[in-house]
Amino acid sequence: MNSLIPLFVIIPLGCAFLMAMLGRFIKNINKFITPIFMLSLVYLTFHFIINSEGTLIYKVGGFEPVNGIPIAIYMVMDGLTKLILLVISLVGFLAIFYSLSYTKQYTSERKFYVLFSLMIAGMNGIVLSGDIFNIFVFLEIAAISSYALVAFGVEKQQLEASFKYQVLGGIASLIILLAIGLIYWNTGTLNIADISRQLTINCSSPTGTNVFIKFISVLLIAGFGLKAAIFPFHTWLPDAHSSAPSPISAMLSGVLIKAVGIYVIIRLFFNMFPLSYELSMTITVLGTISMIIGGLLAIGQWDIKRMLAYSSISQIGYIVLGLGIGMLVLATGGNKAVAALSITGGLFHLLNHSIFKGLLFLSAGAVEYRTGTRDMRKMGGLSEVLPITSRTSLVGSLAISGIPPFNGFFSKLIIIIAAIQAQYYVLAFLAVLVSVITIAYFMKLQKYTFYNNDGSKWKEKKIKEVPFSMAFSMIVMALLCITLSLLVIPDVREIFLKPAVDVLINTADYSTKILGM
Amino acid sequence: MIIYILCFILFLVGLYGVVSKRNLIKIIIGIAIMEYSINLFFIMIGYIEGGTAPIITKGFEHSKFVDPLPQAMILTSIVIGLATTALLLAVAIRLYQKYGTFDINKIKDLKG
Repeated sequence: MNSLIPLFVIIPLGCAFLMAMLGRFIKNINKFITPIFMLSLVYLTFHFIINSEGTLIYKVGGFEPVNGIPIAIYMVMDGLTKLILLVISLVGFLAIFYSLSYTKQYTSERKFYVLFSLMIAGMNGIVLSGDIFNIFVFLEIAAISSYALVAFGVEKQQLEASFKYQVLGGIASLIILLAIGLIYWNTGTLNIADISRQLTINCSSPTGTNVFIKFISVLLIAGFGLKAAIFPFHTWLPDAHSSAPSPISAMLSGVLIKAVGIYVIIRLFFNMFPLSYELSMTITVLGTISMIIGGLLAIGQWDIKRMLAYSSISQIGYIVLGLGIGMLVLATGGNKAVAALSITGGLFHLLNHSIFKGLLFLSAGAVEYRTGTRDMRKMGGLSEVLPITSRTSLVGSLAISGIPPFNGFFSKLIIIIAAIQAQYYVLAFLAVLVSVITIAYFMKLQKYTFYNNDGSKWKEKKIKEVPFSMAFSMIVMALLCITLSLLVIPDVREIFLKPAVDVLINTADYSTKILGM
Repeated sequence: MIIYILCFILFLVGLYGVVSKRNLIKIIIGIAIMEYSINLFFIMIGYIEGGTAPIITKGFEHSKFVDPLPQAMILTSIVIGLATTALLLAVAIRLYQKYGTFDINKIKDLKG
């Protein structure tokens, strides 16, 4: 079982190499290979979720620890990893299936699939890596391929967005690298579990280590916050996510900012650093502000994908809020059940957001594919000519606004209940308020895009429903929006969410399990 | 200690370039300077005064060795830096072809 872990990186990386080599000679080979390997990753993830328990470790090169000090590069698979891998492979498969028709408008289709595979390899690597420098390396693989994918259309807007994204992303990577250097300087190791042990030993001695930990934490929050687009580092996101090709927007908004940003932040701050009240408060406050700011900025947008991008900032705020409340409760030594509920809400919303935001971006892409515009003022009445797209988009909008029985309702409800139980009434109120704002701008989106007139303008132009592969992905995602709400049932939650929550609740267990003490 | 402070000042010089310059190429140079300062910082972490290369040979079993791990990491980091800089320059050239200028004040289609 353990030896299967590297396959998550090897399969996409190997496929990217093969496709870059063979794609030149065999026509359309990329279109066959990519969905097949994504499907195999989905299968592998489910295989691990159902058949394995606890923490699995793969030591690259087979080097055993010397005197209890790990020297190999570790790949770690635990509950949280499995959850994020599920998100990556599921949304990745649907996005790539959607692109089979969508990419026909580009001149060099095969490069799209190569870059896509590289991005998947990078994200899987980040999630599996138990070593902080390898997180950086895989992060750069994912980031560089996403820069190239944002600029894939090579029009004015795409290039400008990509340049902005690259400059800010480059600064973020360098700040992260500086933090890694400082950590190595102070602890003499790169393994997350070993760093955690060293920091706990150092913390008991009073001399200056706390200041050092705080400095590194601030650097890491800035670096990974920029990657996750948390306020005040969110300015690149609306440009990059609205200019990219639609399946890539779905991947960036739905998966990349979570695997690269949120996942690493929670992994490092729950499992590596000793929890502290100040940092938990910082993270919670940043999450709350980005939740509000993203929602308010989304209302005024007329570009359909730009509105969805701002909405991503707002929903990422929800996720960070849920996880931040959990951190606060744990740091102040409060009730563990409340912390568990709050973290469950955050992770549940992470899973849900990747599905419904993916769905909304794919629907927006379908609209753009048929009408050639992203401006909502030029649309209207599209529900007459695009029945499937309009239905799936409606499902996505209802889910993200938190209307029962869709999944978004339950995850938001859990976060709000947890905030009340933890006695953060202001945060609970703000979460409800932003939920109302969310309904407002999604009503605007639905009204101006799909209703508002009889659609005779589009009937004259003979606009047809989108091709099969695009429609298929959207329908599957719409169905997932309903079925994922089953996760509130405790028995189902045990399989998918509870292992991930346990990893975060028992903060010190991560390092003891890996170091085998 | 002073050498670390100088290294940090180099980082800030790069950051100043990125934040204040208007020319795309100068921004890219700023990022490159930041990257070099961090590479330098890593090398200094591993350096020990009077240390030799960490190869155990007869007669040198107990001498001081420099830490080889930061050097290995920096080799990786330099390669990554090459990729980012190449991609940045490629996009900058494409932008020049579309707009006919390197001035970021004239390249602003995206707003809001």
